[in-house]
Amino acid sequence: MLAYTLKRLLAGIVTVWFIATATFTAMHMVPGDPLMNDKAVSAEIRANLERKYGLDKSAPEQYVIFMKNMLSGDFGISFTQQNRQVNDIIRDHFPVSATLGIMAIFFATIGGVLWGALTALYRNRLPDIIIMFLVILGISVPSFVFAALGQLLLVNINSLFGASIIPVAGWGTFSHMLMPSMVLGLGTMALLTRLMRSSMLEIVNEDYIRTARAKGLSPSRIFFRHQLRNAILPVITVLGPQIAAITTGGFVVELVFAIPGLGRYFVQAVQQLDYTVIMGTTVFYGAFLVLMVILVDILYGFIDPRVRLS
Amino acid sequence: MKYLLFLIALWSAITSAQAPVTSADFENQTISIALTQEPPQLNGMKATDQVSNFILPHIMEGLVRYDRRGRIVPGVAHRWEIDPDGMGATFWLRENALWSDGKPVTANDFVFAWRTTLAPKTASEYAFILFPIKNAEAANKGNAKLTDIGVTAVDDYTIRVELERPTAYFIKLTAFATYFPIREDFFNSRGDSYAADAQDLIFNGPFRLTEWVHSASLKMEKNETYWNKEKITLNQINAAYITEDSRARLNLFIDGKIVHTRLDGETYKDALTQKQRIRSFSTGSIFFLEYNHREGRITDNLNLRRAIQHTFDSDKFVNNVLATPGNLAAESLFPVWLQGVEDKFRKEYPAAVAVVDQELAAEYLAKAKAELGIDEFPALILLSGNTPTATKQAEYLQGLLKSRLGLDIKIDKQTFKQRLAKMTSGDFDFVLAGWGPDFDDIMTFGDLFASWNLNNRGRYSNPSYDELVRVALNNVDPKTRMDAMAKLQKIIHDDAVILPMYEQGVIYLMNSKVRGVVRRVVGPDPDYTYSRVIK
Repeated sequence: MLAYTLKRLLAGIVTVWFIATATFTAMHMVPGDPLMNDKAVSAEIRANLERKYGLDKSAPEQYVIFMKNMLSGDFGISFTQQNRQVNDIIRDHFPVSATLGIMAIFFATIGGVLWGALTALYRNRLPDIIIMFLVILGISVPSFVFAALGQLLLVNINSLFGASIIPVAGWGTFSHMLMPSMVLGLGTMALLTRLMRSSMLEIVNEDYIRTARAKGLSPSRIFFRHQLRNAILPVITVLGPQIAAITTGGFVVELVFAIPGLGRYFVQAVQQLDYTVIMGTTVFYGAFLVLMVILVDILYGFIDPRVRLS
Repeated sequence: MKYLLFLIALWSAITSAQAPVTSADFENQTISIALTQEPPQLNGMKATDQVSNFILPHIMEGLVRYDRRGRIVPGVAHRWEIDPDGMGATFWLRENALWSDGKPVTANDFVFAWRTTLAPKTASEYAFILFPIKNAEAANKGNAKLTDIGVTAVDDYTIRVELERPTAYFIKLTAFATYFPIREDFFNSRGDSYAADAQDLIFNGPFRLTEWVHSASLKMEKNETYWNKEKITLNQINAAYITEDSRARLNLFIDGKIVHTRLDGETYKDALTQKQRIRSFSTGSIFFLEYNHREGRITDNLNLRRAIQHTFDSDKFVNNVLATPGNLAAESLFPVWLQGVEDKFRKEYPAAVAVVDQELAAEYLAKAKAELGIDEFPALILLSGNTPTATKQAEYLQGLLKSRLGLDIKIDKQTFKQRLAKMTSGDFDFVLAGWGPDFDDIMTFGDLFASWNLNNRGRYSNPSYDELVRVALNNVDPKTRMDAMAKLQKIIHDDAVILPMYEQGVIYLMNSKVRGVVRRVVGPDPDYTYSRVIK
């Protein structure tokens, strides 16, 4: 178990190093100039700016410096937010994205598991058809549409009551988080519903279910003890990457709901060619994703005793 | 668990409903607004973007400032004098101008700020705006000492400025954010983190920045140490939201959370259906098609440019393509708001207008082909931004030039930074470009196509143009300067240096309870300094 964990962690570190190197290379190959702005600057100012950000050195030299700093946990200062450390940006804004992401995952898992189980129980009957139709909508409609619609819904609810029942945007209280986290979790919820449904359907016909029925167990006991517990495994598998995807992929939702999360920095940094922020956020998210995958694998062993970690 | 969660949700919904927050609060004289972006930093020496240039003049004050009507009025300086030869100026500072910690604003605060901005290691992108000061440009390039720069504190309350050349608009420049004072001891105590957070700043303007939650909100409160605080009615400006999404901002406005939002082509339609009162305002910026004048480029051919000039109809473009209120047809590099000798420049010196004439255009095109020695034009590259607005404009031009002149246009859509890189390296035939004013003088546009101007990305070069710019730069007499600019306006037309497309207007919604908000072409826009909330 310990050896397995260590092995996975080591492989994880190599993965993160690879992510960092690939991002660094790709970033420098993207055309465009991070120091260029609306107003052209003289060669002297340009040279000073380059020196400040270490861009006067060759790419391999920059890579070595970057790797050295990264090992000591320093990603440098942002190009666009000139006085802010990239570390500060991650520290200030990741908790926001994480909170939003955890709530979204919460909605998605509860919803996905319940809807999935429900559709399996009502297979090919009306509830199944309706829910599966909604699931396809949830998977195929992009989140910016849901975000805009969700916000519009709140505006209409508020104007109906003539007071601000639920805030339409912003961050701070629990009520601020409701709509954005639901919108953010919608896609994952749809995915999990489908996954849960198919895995439930597989299990319904298993021998041990028949045995359980033959033993005279109550349907609810069969459902919770035998069906749900076994069917949930594939859900756990995708949950790891989904957690990472949700906590990092909230860019649109963060933009529409004016939420100060890290997702905005992640995407805007690429648009603005903010080298240090690109590297900082990508490496951070990469490490986060790798960690989640490892955690899920380890968790597997606890949920399903048949899985031996070796 | 779920039940509990539901209760929490219900409870928080109820509590938030109990404490309604209105965007315009009469009792507390408080307004809420949304910003489109987080200010990159609020260091006046380095600010280049619109959001910083909106916030800074609310919390800082320069030697002079703009009043409601856009006229120059005293700021920290209560009096100033320009030398008769225009080669220098003296400012007398008021003694009751204080920093937010109670210490007086002194001459040295300005001297320090200007010198530090010009220091090569500061690498300020706006250092050029200080260049009229003697030795400023040299110091910025490292060829002169910072102490050689022509600004000195005669005593605590007197500033003497020597200029490089007679600069007619120097006083107006001192209202700009780059000219704001910074106190040396405070700046040094903060080191690299100066202006990175609310507590890393001190203020001498009408408001203080009391809270700055990064990419979430900024709060400005009335500055009790401001010398002219009696004139300030608002107690608080709360920038409670930061989002680039214009639809989100419209929703916030409709929900009564913010007092102002700018509309774009899409949200404009929604606002119309919502029966909102839509207002418009001209930003004073000009948008144009810039040609690549580098040698060997097809667009270097004058007759080709003339053919395009006689094809494009700015009126039609504004009404049918942009199709939102507020934009004006463009006829010149100089927008209509610029001041001339006594009246507006464009009234005193009307611009020549090229008539739309297909036959004439065809003649010019034939001449161009003959001169270039080609039968068919190769596909020409139109460089454009990747926003929906830019795309729409590029596609319109593509269609127009194809149908009227038979020119094949390839649209090269690029993100902001990549478009700039290509503009700078000259990798285009046409580019959709624009220019906004930095200060209230015709020169903010006039020198744009001077051969030495780095922002002249098409590399237009014409000795007579350069000469006219020099005349306007080196004279203080309004008539001489404006005459030169009128000649320059003619060159731009005759030489078809650019194709003026439109003068930009913006459409916006404003809560009708908020009065006295000033929309400005130069300076903070919108300016809430003298605004108030009515019942």
